[in-house]
Amino acid sequence: MSYILDSLRHLLGLPVERPAPERQSQEVKFIYERKSQERLTKETLEAIEAAHAGTAKRHKWRNRRWITLIVVNLLFVVSYQFDVQLVEGAMTASRVVGFHFADLNSALQVSLAYKHMVLNLVIGTVTVLILWWLLGGRTFCSWACPYHLIAEWAEWLHLKLAARRWVANVRFHRGVRSVFYAIFVVLALATGYTVFETISPTGISSRSLIYGPGIALLWVLALLLFEVFVSRRAWCRYVCPIGLTYGLVGLTSPVRVQYNVESCHHEGECRKVCLVPHVLDITIKGRAEDTHVDVAADCTRCGLCVDICPTDSLTFKVKGLDKVL
Amino acid sequence: MSEQDRGRKAKPPLSKVRRDQNRREFLRTLGLGVGVVGVSLAGLLPLIGAANARLRPPGAIKDLLDEQQFLAACIKCGQCVQVCPVEAIKLADLLDGVGVGVPYIDARAQACDFSCDGLQCVLACPTGALTHELNFPADTRMGLARLDRPDACLAMQGKGFKGLARGPEFRGELRFAELDRWTPVAVADHPYDLELCDLCVRQCPIEIRIIECAAEQPPEPGQVARVAEKIGNECPPRHAIALEPMPSGKGMMPVITDGCVGCGVCEMICPVEPTAIVIDIDRVTQVPA
Repeated sequence: MSYILDSLRHLLGLPVERPAPERQSQEVKFIYERKSQERLTKETLEAIEAAHAGTAKRHKWRNRRWITLIVVNLLFVVSYQFDVQLVEGAMTASRVVGFHFADLNSALQVSLAYKHMVLNLVIGTVTVLILWWLLGGRTFCSWACPYHLIAEWAEWLHLKLAARRWVANVRFHRGVRSVFYAIFVVLALATGYTVFETISPTGISSRSLIYGPGIALLWVLALLLFEVFVSRRAWCRYVCPIGLTYGLVGLTSPVRVQYNVESCHHEGECRKVCLVPHVLDITIKGRAEDTHVDVAADCTRCGLCVDICPTDSLTFKVKGLDKVL
Repeated sequence: MSEQDRGRKAKPPLSKVRRDQNRREFLRTLGLGVGVVGVSLAGLLPLIGAANARLRPPGAIKDLLDEQQFLAACIKCGQCVQVCPVEAIKLADLLDGVGVGVPYIDARAQACDFSCDGLQCVLACPTGALTHELNFPADTRMGLARLDRPDACLAMQGKGFKGLARGPEFRGELRFAELDRWTPVAVADHPYDLELCDLCVRQCPIEIRIIECAAEQPPEPGQVARVAEKIGNECPPRHAIALEPMPSGKGMMPVITDGCVGCGVCEMICPVEPTAIVIDIDRVTQVPA
C-alpha cells in the first residue's frame, strides 16, 4: 500500500518524506549501522566502478531497450511501406496483426473531446492497458516512445555541454506535469478538440517516421533544442501527460526495478543517469525502509540504473514470478 | 501525537536563500506552463474562418458542426491512409493546428474513386471519426461538385477531348473497371479520344456504378443484395452528374444532381487548367432515407 501511495506522490510531483525510523525494519537499520562503521575507501569504490565499466553488462539493458524501441517503430514503417500488415497505423492507434491497439493518452484525449467511445476504441484501449500493466506502465516511455530515444541522444549532448559548463540544467517544479495533465484534460473536454495531440512529440515523430516528415518536426526540434541548451529531458520530466498516464498504469504493475540495500555503496551513480532521479532517492543512505525496496511507479524501467550499478544492487524483477515458477 | 512526532513535524523556517530559490523555481515553472499551454492553444487558431477545412475521407460528414466532431474523434493514426488503394488520403501538417495528423483528400491531385468498393478507410478507422453508419459509396457525403468555371468547360463549348486528361506527368490513378477490376491505372497511361468532352460524367464513380447495375442480369431474389452488401457496392439510387443540352443548342452542360457524394473524381479528371469543376466541402445533399 505504501508503495502505491509513495508512487502516487512521486507521479504527482509531491514531496516524498524520508521514512520515519519507526517505519524502517530492524534489518535495514542494522545494515546502515554496519555500513557507517565499515566505510569503503575512495580507491576501493573507484576500483569497483572501473572493473564494472569494462564488462559486457555495462550497457546490457540500454542495448536491449534501444533495439526493442527501434524494432517496434520500424515495424510500423515496414508494415506500411511493404504492406505486410503487422503493425498498421501509428503510435497513437494501430492494428497489430489485426487487433486494435490504442495509446491510452490519445484514447483519453479523443474520448474527452468526442465524448463518445466506439467499441473498437474500447477494445484497443483495454488491450493496451493490460499490455502495459503487464510490462510495467511507463515501460512505454523508454521501450516504445520514439521521442524518448531522440531525447536520450539530446540528453547525451546536454550532459557533454554541461560537463564543460557551457550549459546549466534549469530545473522546474515536478508538480507542473500534473497541472499540465489537468489542463489538457480540461481543454479536451471544454474545447472539443484534442489540444494535446497538436503538440505531442510522440504522435508527431511517430507519424513523421511512417508517413514522411512535415513542418511539425520543427516543433520536435524546438523541444530538443530546449532540452539540449536549457533543461535536461524537460518534456518527459515536466510536461508529458502520456508519461503520467502510463505511470498510473504502472502503480500496480508486477514489473519493477528492485533495490537491494545490502550490496549498495551509495555512490549515487544511478541517480545521475536516471530520467526520474527522485524515484532513486531510496538509494541515499538511510532512506530505504527495508532491505529490498521496489522503485516507485514513476520509473520508466529503462534499466540505465541497472546497467550502471557496479554491485547489482538494482535489478529487474517481476513480482510474483518466483511464486508462479 | 507522541513527543517524537511533534519534534519531527516542527520544521525549521526556510532560509532566505531557499525561499528565493523556491520563488524563482515557481516563476520559471509558471513560465514553462504558460509557454506550453500557449503553444498548444495556438493549435486552435486555424479553426478561425475554418482555415483548416479540407475535403475529408468518406464517412467524415461535412458541415461545420460535424467537422468539429470529426477533428475531436480522429486519433491521428493514419490507418485510413494505409488502406486506400489509390493513396488519396494524406495527413495534415502542423499548420492545421488541432487538425495535425488528421486525414484529408486533395481531390485535384488524387480523388477518392471508391475503387476499394468496401469503404476501406471507414472500416480501418478505430474511433468512428469516419462513421460506420454508411454502407456503400453512394451513402457517402464528402462535399458537392460545382461547375466553377462554366466558360472554361470543354463540353459547354461543344469541344471534344483527345489525349491525356492531365498530361504525362500526372501521378493520379483511377480504376478503369473495363481494364482491370482490382488494380487502379495511372491516368497518365489512359489516353482519351472523345467527340465531346464528358470526362466528369464518364469517370464519376456513381455514374459508372449505375451503368454497371443497369447492365447486370436481374438477380435471383435475395442473392445479389447479399453479394453487393459484401463488397459494399450497392446500386446508387440517384444520379450524381449528367450532361444536358445547352439552351443555345450548341454544347452540353454538366449538371450536378443530388446523388453527388463529393468524391472529387470530376475535379481530378477535368482536363482544363485550372479545373472547371470543383468540390465544395461546405455543401452536401441529403442522403435518401
